Amino acid sequence: MNGLDASFRLARADFELVADLTIPARGVTALFGPSGSGKTTLLRCLAGLEPEARGHLRLDAEVWQDDARSVFIAPHRRALGYVFQDTRLFPHLNVRANLDYGRRRAHPIDTRHSQQERFEHIVELLGLSGLLERYPAQLSGGEQQRAAIGRALLTQPRLLLMDEPLAALDAARKRDILPYLDELRRALDIPVVYVTHAIDEVSRLADHLVLIESGRVQASGDLMPLLSRLEYPLAHGEGAMTLIEARIAGHDDAYHLSELAFAGGSLTVSRQPGALGDRVRVAVHARDVSITLAPTSQSSILNVLPATVAEISQEDPARVTVRLRLLRKGRKGAADAGSEEDVFLLARITRKSCERLALAPGREVYAQVKSVALVG
Amino acid sequence: MQDLDLTPLWLTLELAAVTTVILLLLGTPLAWWLARTRSRLKTPIEAVIALPLVLPPTVLGFYLLIGLGPDGIVGGPWRAMTGGALAFTFPGLVIGSVLYSLPFVVQPLQNTFETIGNPLLEAAATLRAGPLDRFFTVVLPLARGGFITGATLGFAHTVGEFGVVLMIGGNVPGKTQVISIAIYDHVESLEYAQAHLLSAGLLAFSFVVLFLVYSLNRRWRPALGR
Repeated sequence: MNGLDASFRLARADFELVADLTIPARGVTALFGPSGSGKTTLLRCLAGLEPEARGHLRLDAEVWQDDARSVFIAPHRRALGYVFQDTRLFPHLNVRANLDYGRRRAHPIDTRHSQQERFEHIVELLGLSGLLERYPAQLSGGEQQRAAIGRALLTQPRLLLMDEPLAALDAARKRDILPYLDELRRALDIPVVYVTHAIDEVSRLADHLVLIESGRVQASGDLMPLLSRLEYPLAHGEGAMTLIEARIAGHDDAYHLSELAFAGGSLTVSRQPGALGDRVRVAVHARDVSITLAPTSQSSILNVLPATVAEISQEDPARVTVRLRLLRKGRKGAADAGSEEDVFLLARITRKSCERLALAPGREVYAQVKSVALVG
Repeated sequence: MQDLDLTPLWLTLELAAVTTVILLLLGTPLAWWLARTRSRLKTPIEAVIALPLVLPPTVLGFYLLIGLGPDGIVGGPWRAMTGGALAFTFPGLVIGSVLYSLPFVVQPLQNTFETIGNPLLEAAATLRAGPLDRFFTVVLPLARGGFITGATLGFAHTVGEFGVVLMIGGNVPGKTQVISIAIYDHVESLEYAQAHLLSAGLLAFSFVVLFLVYSLNRRWRPALGR
């Protein structure tokens, strides 16, 4: 019964939304899809801002909408926080009054901390202390968005909905605010639904993924396995990549390198600032992975991981994408049945190489990872 | 030269003030409905409200005279209820002025409400504000400019009306003789000095009011940060 469960149908002249949605009780769920695919409409349905949408919506044990039983809880009676793409701060109120607007009207759920403590905590978390007396028009885009996030959080929501909060910001402002969102992701214990069409935001912030295309949910589930699934478009774009959750296992100060350990092996990366045991998330792009049949010491590439070919899909006449299942330590052999915790990589190689190496599902190979990027 | 009788001036201000208050009370919900509705009635109602802008005041005054008269659709029931008449009385003048000045209040309010639009109201709803709460905490403060403009225009237009009050007010000194009619009377009787005083007074008064309103509007805008 925990988490969010929804089903909506909304017909417009030029667009139809038919979506079933399940969202885990914790973590960030990214609604990901191209512009016009219905992500924002779906988010608005969750908030009750599309009264013409038919269906049902349940958060934990609470039913917010069930048209079969004529239940519709008005938006202002739902314990949710909504962060709009265009911030929608009240122009006639300064930041402090904007933050107070929702806080004064919400029923406090958290009784362990006083209102004042919560206010100070969120102001600090989002770096708002210097901005409280300013008016929205006097803030930069990133500052406005941080204030809007704070305003939503101070209502003590049980569900946080964020509609492309970074889309209106330039790259520099985006870099300013991403660390705050990252911090938020760790600090919140409510479900967050995050609409975006930027894969870098997904890779950095999301735990779960819902793929949306033309008003339909194409796929949903844990982010990492979904990224490598060849039946979905994510694996085929130029930015195709997989993510690995790892821990910092060691630092090599002589060569200025760090060792990251994860279920499928370890990766050597340039020296990281974190302490031993810190969790990091790394992105491995398909274009940075090549395949050899034997481990070779005659290469400049440090990261060579044993794997089996899981699947091959042709991209265009010249290139294929290979899905590789990394062999886990202490579990050797191609006969492994797949499991949820398997770690996958994607490799984008030429069709010619694929045929020359005679790659086929089940084949044992070595993945050479040219570079990895830490995303959070 | 006769002493200048200031009664028409006070009567005019009273009429304009009462009319403006009623217009704001009636016009606000009406403008709000017009700004938000998708009803098919919206356009015909907008057209009816705008009629005083194009009709000669005498046309409106003529129909008001019939409607407010002892056998009219408003005057009849009014007489049955109160025993009094509406035509040629102050309440009758108020009714006429409200109808005549309605577009001057409703249109600026409607424009302002349409500019504020849905986005901020949706934001307020997600912050737990109910419909009335949203109206008083978001719409009213942001519509301040529209209210000032609407109230000023409604007031000024009532002060300046002539045709309608001539038709339905008669010219009863102390009851329905407003300043514009008093000036006309003075001119008719060749009492140019009195006409001058009243005219100049009205001119100065109107200028001062408009000047104050425009400077207030200018001063408030930066405070809104816009």
